Amino acid sequence: MNPLDFLLEPLGYDFMLRALATSVMAAIVCAVLSCWLVLIGWSLMGDAVSHAVLPGVVLAYVVGAPFALGAIIFGFLAVGLIGVIRNTSRIKEDAAIGIVFTTLFALGLVLISVTPSQTDLNHIIFGNLLGVSWADLMQVIILGAITLGVLLVKRRDFTLYAFDATHAHAIGLNPKVLGAALLGLLALTAVVALQAVGVVLVVALLIIPGATAYLLTDRFSRMLVIAPVMSALAAVTGLYLSYYLDTASGGMIVLVEGCVFALVYLFSPSQGVIGKRLGAQKRRRMLAAQ
Amino acid sequence: MSGVRDSLSQRGGGAAASVPAISVQNVSVNYGEVRALENVSFTLAEGRVCGLIGMNGSGKSTLFKAITGMLRPDHGTVTINSGTPALARKAGVVGYVPQSEEVDWAFPISVRDVVMMGRYGHMGFSRRPKAADRAAVDEALERVELTALADRQIGQLSGGQKKRAFVARGIAQGATILLLDEPFAGVDKRSEATITTLLRELAAEGATVLVSTHDLNALPRLADEAILLMRTVLLQSTPAEVLKPVNLARAFGLDVSAGGFE
Repeated sequence: MNPLDFLLEPLGYDFMLRALATSVMAAIVCAVLSCWLVLIGWSLMGDAVSHAVLPGVVLAYVVGAPFALGAIIFGFLAVGLIGVIRNTSRIKEDAAIGIVFTTLFALGLVLISVTPSQTDLNHIIFGNLLGVSWADLMQVIILGAITLGVLLVKRRDFTLYAFDATHAHAIGLNPKVLGAALLGLLALTAVVALQAVGVVLVVALLIIPGATAYLLTDRFSRMLVIAPVMSALAAVTGLYLSYYLDTASGGMIVLVEGCVFALVYLFSPSQGVIGKRLGAQKRRRMLAAQ
Repeated sequence: MSGVRDSLSQRGGGAAASVPAISVQNVSVNYGEVRALENVSFTLAEGRVCGLIGMNGSGKSTLFKAITGMLRPDHGTVTINSGTPALARKAGVVGYVPQSEEVDWAFPISVRDVVMMGRYGHMGFSRRPKAADRAAVDEALERVELTALADRQIGQLSGGQKKRAFVARGIAQGATILLLDEPFAGVDKRSEATITTLLRELAAEGATVLVSTHDLNALPRLADEAILLMRTVLLQSTPAEVLKPVNLARAFGLDVSAGGFE
């Protein structure tokens, strides 16, 4: 098969087109948000919120409300509960996160089990890229565009919040509002990515791209380009691989993301475990040659 | 450079001399059961450099947080330029130089970007810098002599340069109240002297500077006055008076003449 056919053949199927569009959109939105999450140290929080939205999505489905609404309510509920447990008991934050998100996730599983039309909702857990409908895709695009828009327009405020919340406060901004806005966007993003890779693997899209970009540059503005580009390419690659290898599409996408991170971890010129040494050797050789 | 000076002297010099720049009245702060500050009262006149002296746990950082309003006192009031701290923050009057431990030095941000953050209060909704913002940042960088290092990642500076970058942020902001939490910790003597000179210049232009420090030897050169803090204000006076062994002993709770206060 020539390379062009290799690339074009899957595109002959509508379901593959929708899968590609959905996964690329989810990958980009998650990757942009992940730049802030890894710098603030909210990776676990991303994990928690993306799981905790499950009961919200199920309840929204039951009452016929938008998924995003249920997700945001339960996202904030989770963050609130984590804060209450941390602040009013001797339990540390990581344990509080673990308790709250698993319990809410379990509530979601139980709700799914008593809700008719189970197949639909089970897809939320593991993702069902190949079964994405045009309506699903529209929702992903609209929510994704809103999230991306807010993140990019207010990116300087969010970066200030991540770097120095005290200064943000001192110049009259409200760090609590900025933090809450990021969490709200995190809940929205979780809904976007649910369609693509499911609750379980959303976390990967929310952490790996930002972490990878962080190993490649010292400029936040460049992270905001590197992370989504890398994540979108990984999504496309993963999807093609899953098509030809006949493997789970969500899992394949995350596997590719993980492999890219591993390569960057090893070979990044400035931060890579091996890349740094290679760079130092090269510099020594050049010095010796002079 | 003159632009920064003008804005400083306008804001600082405009107020009547009788109105204190910072006024803290009967402020108490509790962390749960622990009382961090108890009945703290003092005033600072504008254009003064005031050293804040006290041992670790004496409430210095808590006091800074109470003045910036990051922390709401359980008791008492803070006023800045005779208004509420919230008003002062909105006006962009309050500049803060954090302790080194509070900053993530690996954050992917350049020195110039850090200083630019001082301008955010002057910018529009999306904080897009205008020519005036860039000029203010350039001037501030020039002033602290970091122009050549402006595009370095913030963590690649030396201890003293890092502090100067944050002071530059306050200058670019046009802050007339500068709060510095332990700016001399981990800073070599030469940088300390540079920062001291810079703070004295800013005060001469009308800024009010409150700076916590452990370097008692350098205090007379740095400050016009000093406050001894031990959860409450033990003494507010000239550096010479504050540095008398009998007074230091009260703040540090041990025999200073034996040289044990470090």
